[in-house]
Amino acid sequence: MGALLEIDNLQTHFFTSGGTVKAVDGVSYDVNAGETVAVVGESGSGKSVTALSILRLIPKPPGEIVGGEIRFQGKNLAFCSEDEIREIRGRDISMIFQEPMTSLNPVLSIGMQLTEPMIAHMGMSEAEARERAVKLLEMVGINEPRRRVDQYPHHLSGGMRQRVMIAMSLACEPKLIIADEPTTALDVTIQAQILELMKNLTRDLGVAMIIITHNLGVVARYADRVNVMYAGRIVETGVASDIYHRPRHPYTLALLKSVPRMDRPRQAKLDPVDGQPPDLTRLDGGCSFRPRCKFAIDKCAESFPPLEEMGGQHYSACFRSKESLAEIEL
Amino acid sequence: MNEAQAQAGSDYGSQFRGQVSNETLITVKGLKMHFPITEGVLVPRKVADVKAVDGVDFFIRKGETLGLVGESGCGKTTTGRCILRLEDPTAGEILYDGKDICQLNNKELIDVRKKIQVIFQDPYSSLNPRMKIGDIIGEPLKVHGIIPDEAKRRERIGYLLGRCGLHPDFADRYPHEMSGGQRQRVGIARALAMEPEFIICDEAVSALDVSIQAQVINLLEELRDEFKLTYLFISHDLSVVRHICHRVAVMYLGHMVELADCDELFDHPMHPYSQALLNAVPIPDPDLEKTRAHTIIKGEIPSPINPPPGCVFHPRCPLAVDSCKKNIPDFREVRPGHWVACTEV
Repeated sequence: MGALLEIDNLQTHFFTSGGTVKAVDGVSYDVNAGETVAVVGESGSGKSVTALSILRLIPKPPGEIVGGEIRFQGKNLAFCSEDEIREIRGRDISMIFQEPMTSLNPVLSIGMQLTEPMIAHMGMSEAEARERAVKLLEMVGINEPRRRVDQYPHHLSGGMRQRVMIAMSLACEPKLIIADEPTTALDVTIQAQILELMKNLTRDLGVAMIIITHNLGVVARYADRVNVMYAGRIVETGVASDIYHRPRHPYTLALLKSVPRMDRPRQAKLDPVDGQPPDLTRLDGGCSFRPRCKFAIDKCAESFPPLEEMGGQHYSACFRSKESLAEIEL
Repeated sequence: MNEAQAQAGSDYGSQFRGQVSNETLITVKGLKMHFPITEGVLVPRKVADVKAVDGVDFFIRKGETLGLVGESGCGKTTTGRCILRLEDPTAGEILYDGKDICQLNNKELIDVRKKIQVIFQDPYSSLNPRMKIGDIIGEPLKVHGIIPDEAKRRERIGYLLGRCGLHPDFADRYPHEMSGGQRQRVGIARALAMEPEFIICDEAVSALDVSIQAQVINLLEELRDEFKLTYLFISHDLSVVRHICHRVAVMYLGHMVELADCDELFDHPMHPYSQALLNAVPIPDPDLEKTRAHTIIKGEIPSPINPPPGCVFHPRCPLAVDSCKKNIPDFREVRPGHWVACTEV
């Protein structure tokens, strides 16, 4: 059996007056049924654009999927018709966005927003859909669900809105949920509640999830596999414990070392990644992390290093992964 | 982490966080900031109060970094704004070098404000997009008449930019030409321009990407040592606070629930809210995360308009007993320098 979702050499570019922004430049990863896969990266690394490309939510112009395939249960989503993708959006694949404040429609009741996809996709009657909406709200831990379905988003707190978003994403029993920074806008105690809820629900319902985040801690607790992105490419991929304990790419290593850790003795100084992320309109053919990399050699300027196997399911896109980085343990 | 390592770790840490004098720079006593809610258009009348800060006491020593942590709406930012007197507190005293900031007239306030500066969270909205970087940094120098001479002022701006890790040529650029990390460095340079004694860092690194965040934290630490600065470091990010602060205060719904030395608070948190807060921080280690016990506190933060009676944390508290619903717990010193507002610990 193949993977549920296979992304193969995806390229999404934005054509702007300042030049072509290669936001996603040859990204491949797959997601198996029931699995939680993380995509980690900083702003501008292309992690959200990859996710939006899966659901074809890239505004065109200026954006366009210029190459690659996104196979979901055998169908190529990258180049299927608008009608076909509409069938999949919200039904087989649903999405949770970062901003619970802005991603719900303020003038529609919670009930309306929850029932809409069920009526559209599952052919439910309004009454059936409403009944299920109440059940879903209860499932995501909202008290008094019968009263809440008639309320509007402004009646709810940020954490509650995110719970409503989760309920919406589960409405049509999807096979895959894409969660784009689902807890970034929330307070830590609420973040812990929401992550725990998402973990339990996806496990109980057997839903696969792609969780996109910049927070390495969030990923450690919830992801089976981790993809690290930098400047539109995946630079390292593997199971969570390999990525966190035996990183083989200098960027992953630098990222892990630059955050102060609660579980370690305090350092005198943090160890930041020097310099700035690259301008995506001006990438040369070489490794895009090269200007900030402590391990860079002449060869890095010549071509972009391919993802090489490090053993197991662990891959790293660096020419020096096997030599100078091989002994580093975190 | 074993015991010996932990010991070594804490000694190491305190060595590297600059000299702290015994002199107190700022004392805050019984600070309250209530914002009225009014109804009626023509004749507004007050119907309730938002109790953003409701009786907070603390002091900051010269050269010290005090962390102020808590979730949104706990009053940490309002506390900072009161110290800057961007708000006029409802009650309480804020003594800066022995003088009550709340009682100063406008002329005296100008003098104090030269010594107190602020670095804001959002580097995108805290710089005027129509001003050149040089003018943003140079404005206080001009307004206060510190360096009236244009050429000398440019020289000083160049020095400040350089000290904050930016090329002096940035003085002629506009904010939109810079990245978030560079803008935050401009915000820091602007705060430094007046040679202040005390800087309030209000979520100063929260909006930055992790790789950039570490650069800015290091810069803030270097500047603290070099210019003998005192910081009030307001943040919701506990790992950053643990890294940079000498002492840490935890706030919840307008009240201070715990205050202790940094290592003491992180190693032995006593208030159930502090414990929950520390426990909720995810650690970037999958193996540790799998074995770590997660006690997740239920419920959400109540509204500061109508806070719960007694201890404000009691509806979410695992230790709450009947008396917590009636009596407001004293902020008491349970160990030297370790203050907790809870009767059950």
